[in-house]
Amino acid sequence: MTLIRTQINRRSFMKLSAAAGGGMMLGFSWLASCSSPKEQYAQIPEEWFDINAYIKIGENGTVTIYSPNPEIGQNVKTSMPVIVAEELDIDWKNVIVEQADLNTIKYNRQLAGGSQSIRHGWQSLRMAGATGRRMMMEAAAKQWEVPVSELTTSLGEVIHAASDRKIGYGALASLAATLEIPAEVETKDNADFKLIGGNIKNVDAKKIVTGKPLFGLDYEQEGMLTAMIVHPPAFGMKIKSYDDSEAKAMPGIKDVIVINTEPKEKQWSDTNAFTELIAVVGESTWQVMKAKKALKVEWEQDTPAENTEDHLRLLSEALDKPGEEIRKDGDPDKASIKAAKVVESVFSAPFLAHNTMEPMNFFANVTADKAELVGPVQTPEYLRLSAMDLLGMTEDQVSIQMTRMGGGFGRRLYGNFGLEAAAISQKMQAPIKLVYTREDDMTQGTYRPAYRVAYKASLDDNGNLLSWQAKGAGIPSDPLFPHRFPAGTVDNFKIERVGIPTNISTGAWRAPRSNFIAGAEQSFMDEVAEAAGKDPIEFRLNLFDRAIKDPVGETNDYDPERYAGVLKLVREKSNWGTEMPGVFRGVSAYYCHNSYVAQVVDLEKVGNALKIKKVWCAVDCGIVVNVEGALNQIQGGIIDGIGHAMYSTLTFKDGKPQQENFNGYKLIRNSEAPLEIETFFVENGIDPTGLGEPSLPPISAALANALYKATGQRYYHQPFSSAEQVQVEMVG
Amino acid sequence: MAAFSIKVNGKTHQVDVDSDTPVLWVLRDHLKLVGTKFGCGIASCGACTIHADGNAIRSCSLPVSAVKDMELTTIEGLSKDGDHPVQEAWLEHDVPQCGYCQAGQIMNAAAFLEKNSNPSDEEISQAMNGNICRCGTYIRINQAIKTAASKMS
Ligand code: FES
Ligand code: FES
Repeated sequence: MTLIRTQINRRSFMKLSAAAGGGMMLGFSWLASCSSPKEQYAQIPEEWFDINAYIKIGENGTVTIYSPNPEIGQNVKTSMPVIVAEELDIDWKNVIVEQADLNTIKYNRQLAGGSQSIRHGWQSLRMAGATGRRMMMEAAAKQWEVPVSELTTSLGEVIHAASDRKIGYGALASLAATLEIPAEVETKDNADFKLIGGNIKNVDAKKIVTGKPLFGLDYEQEGMLTAMIVHPPAFGMKIKSYDDSEAKAMPGIKDVIVINTEPKEKQWSDTNAFTELIAVVGESTWQVMKAKKALKVEWEQDTPAENTEDHLRLLSEALDKPGEEIRKDGDPDKASIKAAKVVESVFSAPFLAHNTMEPMNFFANVTADKAELVGPVQTPEYLRLSAMDLLGMTEDQVSIQMTRMGGGFGRRLYGNFGLEAAAISQKMQAPIKLVYTREDDMTQGTYRPAYRVAYKASLDDNGNLLSWQAKGAGIPSDPLFPHRFPAGTVDNFKIERVGIPTNISTGAWRAPRSNFIAGAEQSFMDEVAEAAGKDPIEFRLNLFDRAIKDPVGETNDYDPERYAGVLKLVREKSNWGTEMPGVFRGVSAYYCHNSYVAQVVDLEKVGNALKIKKVWCAVDCGIVVNVEGALNQIQGGIIDGIGHAMYSTLTFKDGKPQQENFNGYKLIRNSEAPLEIETFFVENGIDPTGLGEPSLPPISAALANALYKATGQRYYHQPFSSAEQVQVEMVG
Repeated sequence: MAAFSIKVNGKTHQVDVDSDTPVLWVLRDHLKLVGTKFGCGIASCGACTIHADGNAIRSCSLPVSAVKDMELTTIEGLSKDGDHPVQEAWLEHDVPQCGYCQAGQIMNAAAFLEKNSNPSDEEISQAMNGNICRCGTYIRINQAIKTAASKMS
């Protein structure tokens, strides 16, 4: 046990509502939707007692745990409550999980982004559970008139071994809810974890497989209208005039309006390029979709139209000029003059759309004195700030309820759709649900920037790395991290960057910057290792050795031992180094979002084509909270990374996105996924870090390096299946 | 607008909608069966997959006027208690991530297994190729289909 003070996040433990009631209805609806007679679910109690912001306990021992953070498919709605339940010491089968609403007084950082939910939540979730457990013990101590020190707990019961007595949390809940919050509580030692490190299945899985309303798009309120937006067809354009006479006369159409969603004071999440929009509002989705097509709009050029051709030229010109130097150790230019070998390569990647399967949508009911916003957003706190500004309301007038999200990948960090819904509802004076078509979603995105990076490395006669430099450009900003590997492993090192302005809206896309730069860096590393005549894993391990024993500089932002650890683990598990006829292998490793990942891709020849037979993956994310969920995230990140590196691109002509739907924008399909992914975790007991992103960045290099082995050609430009590359036929 | 009578999950419903309204929106907006999802609207993603007389079809591209006397089944009607072997296999393999594509995946898999109860890996991935999962759950989908197949045959 570890004794900790409860004052961190103590505000979560203040009782903000009266003891009983509250969430009972939610509990019922959860149960009703899962009424399979074969399965045992937690029984709904007569009365609930709030223990703290995360926990309420019913008189029958059923426990509701509130999951504070938005659920975008990263499984925090399961894994965050698991941490609370662990410390509370209860049986998981008596747990009901509910999504908490936005409440900045009760909870910290209700945001889904950067794979940080678990890392940031770890202490407060443990403390919430441990505090609840302590209060149960204090209540039992009072009731039995024994010292707390003589009590223990197990599976939702307090035990007094000396008198052979036991009492359930349910029977103690009403008394516990009246107690002072303890000043100190004990958390478990890792060795005593019963739930953490196990396999707990997705708490919403049953609802998902039976088609229950869960997502923003499924949300409904009595009297609600459906709204859709019409945005300029190209970046750089704005509305000139429009004729809505035909649209307005169509059946079910209530109105066609213009909204402006530009808040006076922008939050970082307000990135949308189109703030003046036309909205069509009607009774049902299809009617509104049809009316949208009947609108006649004239657009005018506002800022210059951009083209992919120009983007490519600008990116390549940017790399011909000196960039802004953001790290320099030694003198890499001088070092390469004296070097035995110099290796140089250029890598690039296009803009990408997020393409969450659930298109953007939001419900809003804005009245004179309050705004009720419901829907899928990764940043509810920032959406509320912008909505307050836009609607001229105060914090207590704007409520945000988070629904489950049909994917996020960063797109729902930018809640313009929430503001649009609010603006439409305010103007219409009616509850509305804003729905994007796939075309709306894909053509007014907050895209992954387009990137290009030039690497140069030099080696001495013995194949030792003398220098490493990278110059990266991006539209609008570069993909480089100055202090990441191989910074610290080589005396002569330089990172330069160049940004190219654009009127296309861009933003975070799953593992921002890393999603491109990891692949470029780790592919280049493969080339350099080859030029050095060394095994690519051995070559990397030598560099980590240097960083462990005698690091260059002091600001390197990785732990070389943990980094080397995942490489060694994947080397051992994949039997790296043993020749397998007909199998071509590539390796890659990367550290981002506080977790370390190393991967080996095995490509197999099937006739003349190639198939990804297996991906081996070693991960160090500290303690694995929920193994099943972790494996699912890792598999998803790998398949996502392969898909986007191989197939996906978003191009522009006269400012207009050239891909509008899944017939033009290719996403990876079932038959193109690896046949198998096997994951191994480093066990080290370190506090857990996130997994929503880290498995994605390195995979494109493991794939490119394996493709090189199979074809003899390097793959520098994403998507690898594009015409610029040596064409390779993949099974699919 | 015209009146249509359509049979969904064993029940006949009357709806008054435009004749070109896709079944997807009839289900979601008018019958409040929101388990069937909207992903693309152009028959390219599979999120809206339902059964029409036992065949997997894209409800976003089937106008209500074409339904006539077809028997439609949605995810809500695939089984009474959510215990169709495919649904159970999905739970066993903990397939969903965000979960949004999964109703379509399940409906497609269930119709496929009715026709081929002992599929090879190849046949499974080919049959499921029309259903996009943006979260990348394909490996688990295929494992779950194998499990379901072993229970169904
Ligand atoms: S919504 Fe019908 S196939 Fe995509
Ligand atoms: S689980 Fe998210 S799209 Fe398939």
